[in-house]
Amino acid sequence: MAVDFIYPEFEVIRNEDRCIACRACERQCANEVHFFSTEREKMMSDESKCVNCQRCVSLCPTRALKIVKSDCTLRENANWQNETIREVYKQAASGGVLLSSMGNPKPMPVYWDKILINASQVTNPPIDPLREPMETKVFLGKKPDKIRRDEKGNIICDLPPQVELSMPIMFSAMSYGSISYNAHCSLARAATELGIVYNTGEGGLHEDFYKYGKNTIVQVASGRFGVHEVYLEAGAAIEIKMGQGAKPGIGGHLPGTKIVDDVSRTRMIPEGSDAISPAPHHDIYSIEDLRQLVYSLKEATEYKKPIIVKVAAVHNIAAIASGIARSGADIIAIDGFRGGTGAAPTRIRDNVGIPIELALASVDRRLRDEGIRNNVSLVVGGSVRSASDVVKAIALGADACYIATAALLALGCHLCRTCQTGKCNWGIATQRPDLVKRLNPDMGSERLVNLMTAWRHEIMEIMGAMGINSIEALRGNRLMLRGVGLNEKELEILGIAHAGE
Amino acid sequence: MKRVYVNEEWCLGCHLCEYNCAFANSGLTDMAYALKGKPIFPRIHIEGNEKVTYAVSCRHCTDPICVKSCIAGALSVSEGVITVDRDKCVGCLTCVLVCPYGALSPSEDGIMQKCELCLKNSCGEPACVTGCPNKAIVYEERGAAN
Repeated sequence: MAVDFIYPEFEVIRNEDRCIACRACERQCANEVHFFSTEREKMMSDESKCVNCQRCVSLCPTRALKIVKSDCTLRENANWQNETIREVYKQAASGGVLLSSMGNPKPMPVYWDKILINASQVTNPPIDPLREPMETKVFLGKKPDKIRRDEKGNIICDLPPQVELSMPIMFSAMSYGSISYNAHCSLARAATELGIVYNTGEGGLHEDFYKYGKNTIVQVASGRFGVHEVYLEAGAAIEIKMGQGAKPGIGGHLPGTKIVDDVSRTRMIPEGSDAISPAPHHDIYSIEDLRQLVYSLKEATEYKKPIIVKVAAVHNIAAIASGIARSGADIIAIDGFRGGTGAAPTRIRDNVGIPIELALASVDRRLRDEGIRNNVSLVVGGSVRSASDVVKAIALGADACYIATAALLALGCHLCRTCQTGKCNWGIATQRPDLVKRLNPDMGSERLVNLMTAWRHEIMEIMGAMGINSIEALRGNRLMLRGVGLNEKELEILGIAHAGE
Repeated sequence: MKRVYVNEEWCLGCHLCEYNCAFANSGLTDMAYALKGKPIFPRIHIEGNEKVTYAVSCRHCTDPICVKSCIAGALSVSEGVITVDRDKCVGCLTCVLVCPYGALSPSEDGIMQKCELCLKNSCGEPACVTGCPNKAIVYEERGAAN
């Protein structure tokens, strides 16, 4: 088009005093923003291609670069904001559905930030986690209602299969295809070292990663990509993906350009063909149908693997979770509306689903009210950003948290939210070999281990301050939480008192 | 002894090692002042093509042919590290001819220079290693080199 209505969103600012024209920025930018002008003997940039991934900024040896938001603006309008107008221009030019990546960036309420945690003072002692034992280990799976003994008085141990985690955090599902081989390798190695689990996502499990099986959750999604008997038996648990927080009710579409070589073999589909995951599982239209799939998978793995059912947090989540808890599933994973994605229609991502905090509180309450809370473990995800978010989630009733965005940040992601282009400069959301190699799993797994070790320390500190010495004693302990700036209804749903009460 | 090794699997060909090397050996404290607008003479070089790249610097051979061939006695081995005596070098380039790795090159003034593991400058550890963004260049013990 001769006239582009959209002015570039970012400006590349180069400090000419500092630029030594080493051209590292040029070599590292897959978007081809930077170039060396031989006539002018200096580095130049085409900011219209910049996605603000900060790769050049991070690698510039003299810190000569910064990327800033362009202050070129349309006339201010509170109703028709710049972003809204740009989206209209984009669609008028392309005729297409807007695509976005990673989590919802809109200023929607973050309930984690409106919840405060208690601490012990005077009447009950805090615990110093450096001096006293502190248990962060959790087991996920169906728990028996009561202890049963045989005629000799020995405990009958018929505990259903469990997933053991050294801390209540798991890396959530990201498929091989949506993220790179090296990203998967980093997650797998870190999970193994940490004693937690990562999740294959729906793209199957690469043959090189079967050795990390004990720390892997294998996913079965609507496209059934890469699902076979050995795959099901490889993992610590099997997850049926019904929905995803970033795009509830929407399937997936991995473009054929990303179905290359190993990805094609792992997914068991021809190279270059689009991998389309249908919106529904075509064999599941009711809880009874779900039950059939849950028991098919249990049958296939001789009842040795816990089955997780993952759903997006939507309006009737409590009733849905109640149904899942009765379907034979061992673990329910709920993904909130701020959860990330490799690509989703913008309108869906930004407007569909509900916050995970409210979903979690209402599901936990519903399952307790119905006396079936012990039938399942609850795992929540969808923008769990820190150790304090984890502590708040557990106090609201979760058994563990799923994290993915935080894990990708540890691997180098700068949240530029352009995964859908497949040109990730950090080697994460790409299949281009020259970009994939930028993520060295030695470094990636080390950074993940560092992050989780730090969070574990923080969880122990926060629990210690509360005078609590195990995750078990924190779970569902809403007395440890208070709301600030929340209305009566929000407090009622969360099941917590307001600060000062 | 510890040597500089390159894992080409992780080398991105970003050439930052060359600039870090040139800066480390410039004796200056400001990288932009040291390197801006000048040709650089690093002691490590990126080789390769569009598919494979890797950094090449002195292997610090146990039985170094460059030291044997030096007509001026400018090259010597000290605790395993091969060093150049700038006062003795006559710039005959014989060492360039014999080095099987192409690790030696003339400096700005024609006197030979080569990687001396940043032992003589203020870095302490090879600057190419500490500055490599993908840990493609490592400084470690792997037994004797040929």
